[in-house]
Amino acid sequence: MPSLNDYLLVSGLLFAIGLAGVVLRRNIIVVFMCLELMLSAANLSLVAFSRFNPINGLPDYHGQMLVFFVITVAAAEVAVGLAIIVALYRARQTVHTDDLTSLKG
Amino acid sequence: MNLAWILLFLPLVVTAANQLVLRKNPLVPLVSTASAIITLALSFILLGREESLAFDWATIGGFSLQIGLKLDQLSTGMMIVVTGIGALVHVFSLAYMKDDEAKNRYFTGLSLFMFSMTGIVLSGNFIMTFIFWELVGVSSYLLIGHWYQKDSAADAAKKAFLCNRVGDFGFMVGILMIWGITGSLVFEEMRLPETISSGVLGAAILCVFCGAVGKSAQLPLHVWLPDAMEGPTPVSALIHAATMVAAGVYMLFRVEVSLGAEVFDGFAGQTIAWVGGLTSLAAALMATQQDDIKRILAYSTLSQLGYMVMAVGLGGGEAGMFHLFTHAWFKALLFLGSGAVIFACHHEQDIWKMGGLLKKMPITGFTFLLGTAALIAVPFVTSGFYSKEEILAAAFAGNKFLFGIAVFVAFLTTFYMTRAFVVAFLGTPRDHGADHAHEVGPLMFVPLVILAALAIGSAWLTQPLGAIDPRVHADGHHDGHAIVLGASIASLVLGLIAGFVLYNGKDQDPLSIPLFRNRFHIDWLYDNVVVRYFQDAFASIVFFFDEILIRGLAVAGLGRAAASFGLLFRSTLNGRLTSYSFALGLGVILVIYLTVFF
Repeated sequence: MPSLNDYLLVSGLLFAIGLAGVVLRRNIIVVFMCLELMLSAANLSLVAFSRFNPINGLPDYHGQMLVFFVITVAAAEVAVGLAIIVALYRARQTVHTDDLTSLKG
Repeated sequence: MNLAWILLFLPLVVTAANQLVLRKNPLVPLVSTASAIITLALSFILLGREESLAFDWATIGGFSLQIGLKLDQLSTGMMIVVTGIGALVHVFSLAYMKDDEAKNRYFTGLSLFMFSMTGIVLSGNFIMTFIFWELVGVSSYLLIGHWYQKDSAADAAKKAFLCNRVGDFGFMVGILMIWGITGSLVFEEMRLPETISSGVLGAAILCVFCGAVGKSAQLPLHVWLPDAMEGPTPVSALIHAATMVAAGVYMLFRVEVSLGAEVFDGFAGQTIAWVGGLTSLAAALMATQQDDIKRILAYSTLSQLGYMVMAVGLGGGEAGMFHLFTHAWFKALLFLGSGAVIFACHHEQDIWKMGGLLKKMPITGFTFLLGTAALIAVPFVTSGFYSKEEILAAAFAGNKFLFGIAVFVAFLTTFYMTRAFVVAFLGTPRDHGADHAHEVGPLMFVPLVILAALAIGSAWLTQPLGAIDPRVHADGHHDGHAIVLGASIASLVLGLIAGFVLYNGKDQDPLSIPLFRNRFHIDWLYDNVVVRYFQDAFASIVFFFDEILIRGLAVAGLGRAAASFGLLFRSTLNGRLTSYSFALGLGVILVIYLTVFF
C-alpha cells in the first residue's frame, strides 16, 4: 500500500507540472488546463492527508469535504474562464498570450 | 476690570474701530485724540500705584508665558510722558494734518503706536516687552511711510524697520540668555544665581543692549533715525524724539531695576557707556553741518540718547531716566515747533531758506527758544540743565574720558542749536515762504505753550509727575560738583559765542566740513559695502538653502525619488502573462521557503 509520502510526491509533481505549464506555455487554453492541474494537485494532497489522518479509526472527512467544494468551484471557474477565453478570441482573434500585452504599464 | 488694562487696550480698540468700522469717517481724528486724552487721564489716576497684574497666556509643560502689567514708579511715571506728549501731539496733528488726504490712516497709526508704547512701558515680562517692541517698530514703519508715494519716505520706513530688526535679533538672543541665567522672564521674579560667570552675564546684557541700539538708534544702527524724519513732523516729535527711541533706555533701566545695578559693572557696562558716548559725539558733530531743521533735531536726539545710554552704562541709570524725562518734553517741543515752522513756510525745511521767523511767528519762535534753552541747558532755570548735570556727574564719577566727551558734546549742542535758531528765526527772511509765514492757529500753539512750560519746569515737577529723579537720593553735592558745573557753563558760553559770531547775519553756511555733512560716510558705507556685498552674499546663501536644499532635495527630491521608484517597477509590468505568473510562482515559493525555514 502506498504511503502518504508517495501521494504527496505525486501531488507535488502534478503541481510543478501545472505551474511550469502556467509559466511557460503561451496558449491560453493550455495555461487554463494547467491551472486546473494545480487545483487537482491540491485536491490530491487534501484527500491523502484526510486518508492518513484517522480520527477514532475513521478518516478526517473535513479534508474530503473541502475537495468537493474545490471541485465545485473549479467547475464554475472553468465555465467563466472558458467564456472569457471565447470572448477574448472574438475580440482579438488570438489565444496566444504573447499577443495580449495591453496591460503593459 | 482694572484701569491699567483699559489704559493698555483703549488705544487698540480705537485702532480697530478706526480701521474696521469708521474707515473714511471724518470722526477718526477726533476719536483717536479723545482716546489719547483719556489715556492721559488714566495715567494720572494710576500714577504711583504699585501693582502687578498678570494672567497666563500660554502654558507649555512647566513653563508659562504671561501677559502681565507691572505698575510701579518707573512705569507709571513713564506713562505720563508717553500719554502726555501723545495727547499733545494728537491735538497738534489735528491742525498739522488737516489737509492731508490720508489723515484717517495717520491717526489710526498714532493710536496703534500709543497701544504699542503703552505695552512696552507697562509690560511685566520680557516676552511681552518684545512683542510690543516689535509692534512699536511696525507702527513706526507705518507712520514714517505715511507719505509712501514719495520714494524717500518709503525707503526711510524700510530702512528704519530693517535697522530695528537687526537690533531686535540681538535683543531676542539676549532675552533668551537672561531667561537661561535667571530662570524667569518676569521682571519681578528674576534672580541672579549665586555664582555667575561675568562673561556670560555681560554677553547677555550686551545682547539685550542690541535691542536698545536698534530702537534708541545708537552707533552703528543710528542711520535710520535721521531718515525717519521723512514722516510727518508730529510723528517725529512723538516717536522719534520723545517716546519710542527712549524705549531702549527705559528697557535698560528696567533691566537695571530688576537685576540690580551691578550687572552694568564690568565690560558690558563699559561697552554700553562707550557706545553711548561715541554716539553722542558723532551725532553732535554731524548735527553741526545739517541744513534741514528736522535733521538737526534728529541728530540732536541721537546725541541726547547717547547721553542717556552712556549714563546707564556708567551705572547712573537714574540720571539717564531723568534726562529721558526732561528731554522728552523739550525735544517734543522743538519738533512740534519745527513742525509749526515747516507748516507756516509751506513745507520748507531748509533753515537757510527761513530767517526772521521770530517776528513773523512770535509764539512759535519764543517756545522754540525755550526748548532750545532747555536743550542747551541754560543753568538753573531750565529742566535740561538739571538732568544734564546729573549725567555729567555720573560720567565724571565713572570715566573721566567720557566726561570729556560729554562736555565737548554739550559745547557742540549749544553751538548747533544756536546756529539753527539764529539762522531760522533771526535775521531777515531769505525766501518768500518765510516772508509770508504767519503764526499758526491755537490747535498748534497751545500744545507748544504747554510743552514749553514743561520744558522749563519739568525738573521741578518730577514728584507730581512721578518721574525718576536721582536728586531725591543724593545727599548734597557730588564729588567734583564745581568742576561739572564749571565745565557745563563754560561749554554753554563758548557754544553760544561761537554760534552767534559765526552765524549771525549770514546768508549761507560759513563753515563747510564735508565729513560731518556727509555723516562720516556711514550711510554710504552701508549702501555700498554692507548692502551691496553682504546682502548679495547673504542672498546667495539663502538661495542655496532655498533652491538646493529645500526645493532640490526636500521637495523635488522626494518627488523624483518616488518617480524613479515607479519607473523601476514599471519595467516589470510588461503585459506578459507568463512573466506575471512566473513572478507570482516565485513569490509563492519565496513565501513558503521563508515561513518554513525561518
